[in-house]
Amino acid sequence: MLSTFHSQSPTALAGAKRWLIVGIVLAVVVSMFSAQINRYYLGIIVDIGINIILAVSLNLINGHTGQFSLGHAGFMAVGGYTAAKISLVVSPMLPPALQPLLFLFALLAGGSLAALAGLGVGVPSLRLRGDYLAIVTLGFGEIIRVVVQNMEAVGAASGLKGIPKYTTLGWTFGLAAITIYVVTALVNSTYGRGFIAVSDDEVAASSMGINPVRYKVTAFVTGAFFAGIAGGLYAHHKQFLSPTGFDFLKSIDIVVMVILGGMGRTAGVVVAAILLTLLPEVLRQFSEYRMIIYSLLIIVLMMARPQGLFTWNRKQKGAA
Amino acid sequence: MDWLLQQLINGLALGSIYALIALGYTMVYGVLRFINFAHADVLMLGAYSAYFIAPAIHEVMPLPSLTGTLIIVLLSAMICAGIGILIEILAYRPLRQRPRLTVLITAIGVSLFIEFTCQHKAVFGADTKPFPQLMPVHDFNLGGLVIGSNDLVVVVTTLILLFGLWFIVQRTKMGTAMRAVSFNQQAAALMGININRIISFTFGLGSALAAVAGILYALKAPGIDPLMGVQPGLRAFIAAVLGGIGNLPGAALGGLLLGLLETFAGGISGLSNYRDGIAFAILILILLFKPAGLLGKATVEKV
Amino acid sequence: MHRRYFLSLSAISCLLTALSGCSKTGGDSIVIGEFASLTGKEATFGISSHEGTLLAVETLNAAGGVLGKKLELLTEDNQSKAGETSNVVNKLISKDGAVAILGEVASSRSLEAAPICQQNGIPMVSPASTNPKVTETGDHIFRVCFIDPFQGTVMANFVTKSLNAKKVAVFTDVKSDYSKGLAKFFKEGILKVGGQIVAELDFNGGDKDFKAQLTAIKSAAPDAVFIPGYYTDVALIAIQAKQLGLNVPLCGGDGWESQTLLDIGKDAVEGHYFSTHYASDAASPAVATFVEAYKKRFNGKMPDAMAALGYDSAMFLADGIKRAGSADSKAIRDALAATKDFEAVTGKIAINAQRDAVKSAVILQVKDGKFKYLETVAP
Repeated sequence: MLSTFHSQSPTALAGAKRWLIVGIVLAVVVSMFSAQINRYYLGIIVDIGINIILAVSLNLINGHTGQFSLGHAGFMAVGGYTAAKISLVVSPMLPPALQPLLFLFALLAGGSLAALAGLGVGVPSLRLRGDYLAIVTLGFGEIIRVVVQNMEAVGAASGLKGIPKYTTLGWTFGLAAITIYVVTALVNSTYGRGFIAVSDDEVAASSMGINPVRYKVTAFVTGAFFAGIAGGLYAHHKQFLSPTGFDFLKSIDIVVMVILGGMGRTAGVVVAAILLTLLPEVLRQFSEYRMIIYSLLIIVLMMARPQGLFTWNRKQKGAA
Repeated sequence: MDWLLQQLINGLALGSIYALIALGYTMVYGVLRFINFAHADVLMLGAYSAYFIAPAIHEVMPLPSLTGTLIIVLLSAMICAGIGILIEILAYRPLRQRPRLTVLITAIGVSLFIEFTCQHKAVFGADTKPFPQLMPVHDFNLGGLVIGSNDLVVVVTTLILLFGLWFIVQRTKMGTAMRAVSFNQQAAALMGININRIISFTFGLGSALAAVAGILYALKAPGIDPLMGVQPGLRAFIAAVLGGIGNLPGAALGGLLLGLLETFAGGISGLSNYRDGIAFAILILILLFKPAGLLGKATVEKV
Repeated sequence: MHRRYFLSLSAISCLLTALSGCSKTGGDSIVIGEFASLTGKEATFGISSHEGTLLAVETLNAAGGVLGKKLELLTEDNQSKAGETSNVVNKLISKDGAVAILGEVASSRSLEAAPICQQNGIPMVSPASTNPKVTETGDHIFRVCFIDPFQGTVMANFVTKSLNAKKVAVFTDVKSDYSKGLAKFFKEGILKVGGQIVAELDFNGGDKDFKAQLTAIKSAAPDAVFIPGYYTDVALIAIQAKQLGLNVPLCGGDGWESQTLLDIGKDAVEGHYFSTHYASDAASPAVATFVEAYKKRFNGKMPDAMAALGYDSAMFLADGIKRAGSADSKAIRDALAATKDFEAVTGKIAINAQRDAVKSAVILQVKDGKFKYLETVAP
């Protein structure tokens, strides 16, 4: 379905809606049983959901729009810290019944602030491309980390502790489904064709009356918003945030998911996010070798299936 | 005043190291158009090569000695050149016709692979190892100002290597071929240039540079560990982009600038804690006004 | 269409694979979980502490185990990464069935593990996290080291009284909560005894060039510099301070203690002071036995403070299990909380109401390429 975007847009959009419903229903049903699931597995499943949101939102920037961002962890940090701070301050004043509302508000606030940061990065991206853009986004992510590291209000280097545990399977996968839906619907709309046009050939796109500037900024802002949401979920899942968790290796992890899944292919990216979250856990038995195996896998996969693991029929498009 | 001059010296010394590492980044980029993330790890391997060679050399000619250092540096550079060529053949060559992003991710994979392999206890282990003093050191004291001999060595080496590289690229047959490959691989191949040989040579040279930089870095800060390359590697990468990636003098300029900025930021109370971020903030500002870097040429996109 | 089903199937099967697998129940053994930074940026400390813990468990098992059962130590690596610890601890508790958790050196990662242990009702013993916040998480979290306020005060008193320093500079690692915490309490201590802080500079752990900050410190002309950092950084700082002609005593905390400080710093660290948990040259027979056993087990390596604390954390837990008389987590917690005078390698430990170890600190000086014992400061 998703790999045939270009030829069957209406079907694909209907498909996306169906996925949204399936996703949300599944999330609600599974969360009913979450009490029975072993906490370790529960934790990993939530990790998977958060990584899906991160990978799908980065895919909008790096895949569909053909930009190259290495700062996704920075947006995640903005969203995570904002949401965590809000619920830490407000939650003691609210009765239990209102806590889910607070969580929603905190997530949205985190997402919005991250989107604002995305705007800040999107604007320089108008003048930069390729490696220059990569380094600027990387730098942006590092600046966020350094600022957080020095902010006493959010715990500075010692981190923010005692964040209420709001994140559940339902929240995570409901939001993951919404993320997938929004990104898919956006790219498949008439408006959204512009993303792919910008990614395919910016000059040709602008000569066809498409304004690349607007598309790039939209991609950055939307992508950052969902990264911020993912950050909020992460904060209320781990219940502890420290600046070192948002360094550039975290961004690299997300980039690898997008590339393994296939740039611009949402379904592939989702599967890649699932596999890459599970992989380190499966390899845990080989603890001292697992990161060696992980890095080897990246190399081998790039050689064997550079177009992404899950691309079957679409003609290979130059990704850079 | 003393304070300012001393910071200037500190900044130049730090900047020269960044410049030296950036030269390797920028040269590989110039020819292949991709960022070799593993460069920082080859730097680390260079330092470790010297660490393991030094005791053997010490048997023959007691360290610290200048000749001994030179031999160690040459041997390590050769080892790393070999490693660099091997990395290119095994990991990058099969991907030559693929999108650049694929190669970039592979490079990240190679970098992680080297780091995690070296951290394994059967290889180097994750702990910090004391790096031997290879060269005789002397601190020159000029009326309150201190200049370390190591720093002088770094500055001089960087200058020599910058000119050496410039000479190779601009004035030799090999360099002409490198530039041809950089312009257009297919056309260069049609002209009878052996692309594989040129790229291997570039990688060998770049990795040898990394080894030299690694050893000098280890002499400046004599504790080495498998992740020692990451931080200076990132800075050098910024320096290379700052100067205009692919441009040799640009890399040197970017390195010096970054070293000076970091040093002045680091010396101010209340600003030193933002030191990591300041380098990036200034980089972003400069790139906003000069998107191709300080000395890079702005390219017009062809339709 | 087929592809879509294939995709959803593969996704579901992945979930199922993750869900299946059963938790291990200890039969003849008591399962103890340990999380440590065995790879990554702070691997040096994690490995030391892990080796100490390993030695303790091996020693106990060789002597017949605890309560007639062997201790089974399951160690998981968190790669020094944030976010990884929670998965690791969840696994140790929920999948492997650990009755107690040991770890870790870095306070930030102990803080990530603490709420999980607390919610699961599993006692956790941190070997070397000195940040006061760690045990504030709940009544299941313990530590066998002293805390930053104590150590900071000890060094502040030492610097002003024994070294007679009036003007002090502080050089902090902003990346490390340990360093920032220690610096904070040291500064408070200095101000309390009427001293003066003339310069406050920061570095990032893992930096290799400190000359910018040291030049600024030198221009403030302090009588002593307090550097609450880890030995890998401190050795380089000492070398560069010496190069710049900053010839005043450098002081620090337990993060200094390692043979590596001497190996890298050589004559540059000579004559400087730090506080730590124990002196390996102390006359105590417990210390001598430990040092001997450690060297024998790990190819002649000298144990550092982290190793000693790792050893103590396991011994402390084993003592708790023994006194509890069962391997039940609740009983172990209660026994640990009631610890009055446990003889550890790093000194006698009493657990207070905050579940922190009340114990003395020692001050060491680097002399002739060795750590020399100067004095013991009681709590």
